[in-house]
Amino acid sequence: MMNGNIVRQGQSWIFTVPPTLIAAAAIGGPKEGKGPLGADFDYLFADNRDGQESFEQMEQKMLQIVCEMAIAKAGCVVDDMDFFLCGDLLNQITSSGFTARALSRPYFGLFAACATAIEGVILGSLLIASGAANKIMCAAGSHTCTAERQFRYPNEYGCQKPPQSQYTTTAAGAAVIGSEEGTIKITAVTTGRVVDLGVTDSFNMGGAMAPAFADTITAHLLQRGVSADYYDLILSGDLGRVGRDIALDLLYRRGIVLNEHRYVDCGCLIYGDDKSVFAGGSGCGCVASVSFGHIYRRLMSGELNRVLIAATGALLSPTSSQQKQSIPGISHAVALERI
Amino acid sequence: MVKKPKVASWYDPIIKAHGTPRPLLRNCLVAFIFGGALCAVAEYFQLLISLIPGISDKDASSIVMVIVIALAALLTGLGVFDKIAQQVGAGLAVPITGFANSITSSTLEFKSEGYVLGSGCNGFKLAGAVIFFGIGSAVVVALIELILGIV
Repeated sequence: MMNGNIVRQGQSWIFTVPPTLIAAAAIGGPKEGKGPLGADFDYLFADNRDGQESFEQMEQKMLQIVCEMAIAKAGCVVDDMDFFLCGDLLNQITSSGFTARALSRPYFGLFAACATAIEGVILGSLLIASGAANKIMCAAGSHTCTAERQFRYPNEYGCQKPPQSQYTTTAAGAAVIGSEEGTIKITAVTTGRVVDLGVTDSFNMGGAMAPAFADTITAHLLQRGVSADYYDLILSGDLGRVGRDIALDLLYRRGIVLNEHRYVDCGCLIYGDDKSVFAGGSGCGCVASVSFGHIYRRLMSGELNRVLIAATGALLSPTSSQQKQSIPGISHAVALERI
Repeated sequence: MVKKPKVASWYDPIIKAHGTPRPLLRNCLVAFIFGGALCAVAEYFQLLISLIPGISDKDASSIVMVIVIALAALLTGLGVFDKIAQQVGAGLAVPITGFANSITSSTLEFKSEGYVLGSGCNGFKLAGAVIFFGIGSAVVVALIELILGIV
C-alpha cells in the first residue's frame, strides 16, 4: 500500500523520505506585533483594517500577502505550487477561497478551526510523499474582528468575558513544503481523532480541546516509538493558560510527563502576560503565525532541532453552540526536525 | 429545545480544578457600586432639569434617559464602552446604557453589509429579545390588571 516513502503506524505516518519545509512566513496585526513574538513576524500591519472596506477583506488580504511572502522566501513563483491548501474561520472559508482565486492554483479548502494550518501541513506532506506533488503551499489565517462577530457578539458589544475565554489572533501564516533538499524536514505526522467530553461552555475552548490534544500526543509518542523528551519543544495550538494546565494534568494521568519548560502553548506565547486577552490567543492565525514565524526561525537558526506541533481546533459553530451541543475537539500533530 | 449534554463524569472535576472561576463577588460589588452611582448621577440631573420652569417631572425623566442613551451610543462608537463594560459588567448592562450599546454595536457591526440588509436587519439582533419579552410580559401584566379590575 505504501510507496516506500512512508510508514503508517495507527493514525501516524512516519516519513522514511521526509518532505522539506522549504520556507515559511508569518504576518500579524498591531496587537500581535506588540507581543513578545513581535520580532518574529515578517510583516506587521499598523491597523486592523489597513484601509480595507471590511475586516473580512482585511483577513483575505493578510492571507494573500503571507502566501506571496512565503513563495518569495522559497525562491519560487506562484505557478510552482502544485496545490494550495488553505483554511480560515469564516463561514464557508471565504477568505481562503478568495485567496485561492487570486493565486489561481489547484486548491483544497480546509477547516479544522485553530488546527487548520497543521491539517494543511499534514495533507501537504502526504501529497508530497505520495509523489502527487513537488511543491505545496499551506496557509491559514484569522482576524479578531471577523471571528468575534461570527462566533460571539458585535465587536463593540459590552459583554463581560470570563477569565478562561480566549482572544482571536489577527494573524496569518503560510509555508511552502516540497520534495527538494532543505534544513527543516517534516519527519512524522499524526492525524487527530475528534474527541468530545461534553463541554458546552464556548468560553472555555481550552477545556474543550485539551482532551483531543492529550489523545493525539499519546498516539503520536506511542506510534512513533519516542518519548516526550525526544523533542526539544512540544507546542500546543491555542489551548490557552487554562487548557494548557488541563492538558498537562491529562497527560500526567496517562503517564506522560511533559517538561514544563519544553512544553509551550501558542496562545500563551503570542501575547505573553497581556491581561486583556484573558487565557491567551486563539484562531487559525495563532498556530499558523507562531509555527511559521517564531518556531520556523528558531529551527532555521539551529536554536531548536526537534519540534512537535500539535494544533488544536474546536469544531463548533454559533448554531451548534446555541442548540446546546457540546464542543468536539481535534488535534493534528506534525514533527519538524533539522536533519 | 435540546437537552444540554453533561461533561464526562471523570473529566468534570479536572476541568473544574483548573478553570479560573468568574470573580462573582468582585463583579457583583463593582456592578452594584458603578450601576448605583450611574443611576444616582442620572437621578440628580433629572432633579436639576425638573427645576427648569415648564418641564414636568415626567419630561425631565425622558430628557435624562435620552442623554444617557446618547452617551452610551457615543462611547460605543468611540470603542470605549466594551472596555468599561468588561470591568463593571452589569453596572452598565442593566441600566438603559446596555440596551443602547446592544443596538449601536449591532448597527455599527453590520454596516459593512449595507444600511438596509446590514444595519437595518441586524440592529435589533441582540435588543430584539428584550423587546420580544418586554412586550410579552407587558401583555400578561395588562391582562392581570384587566381581570382584577373586572373582579
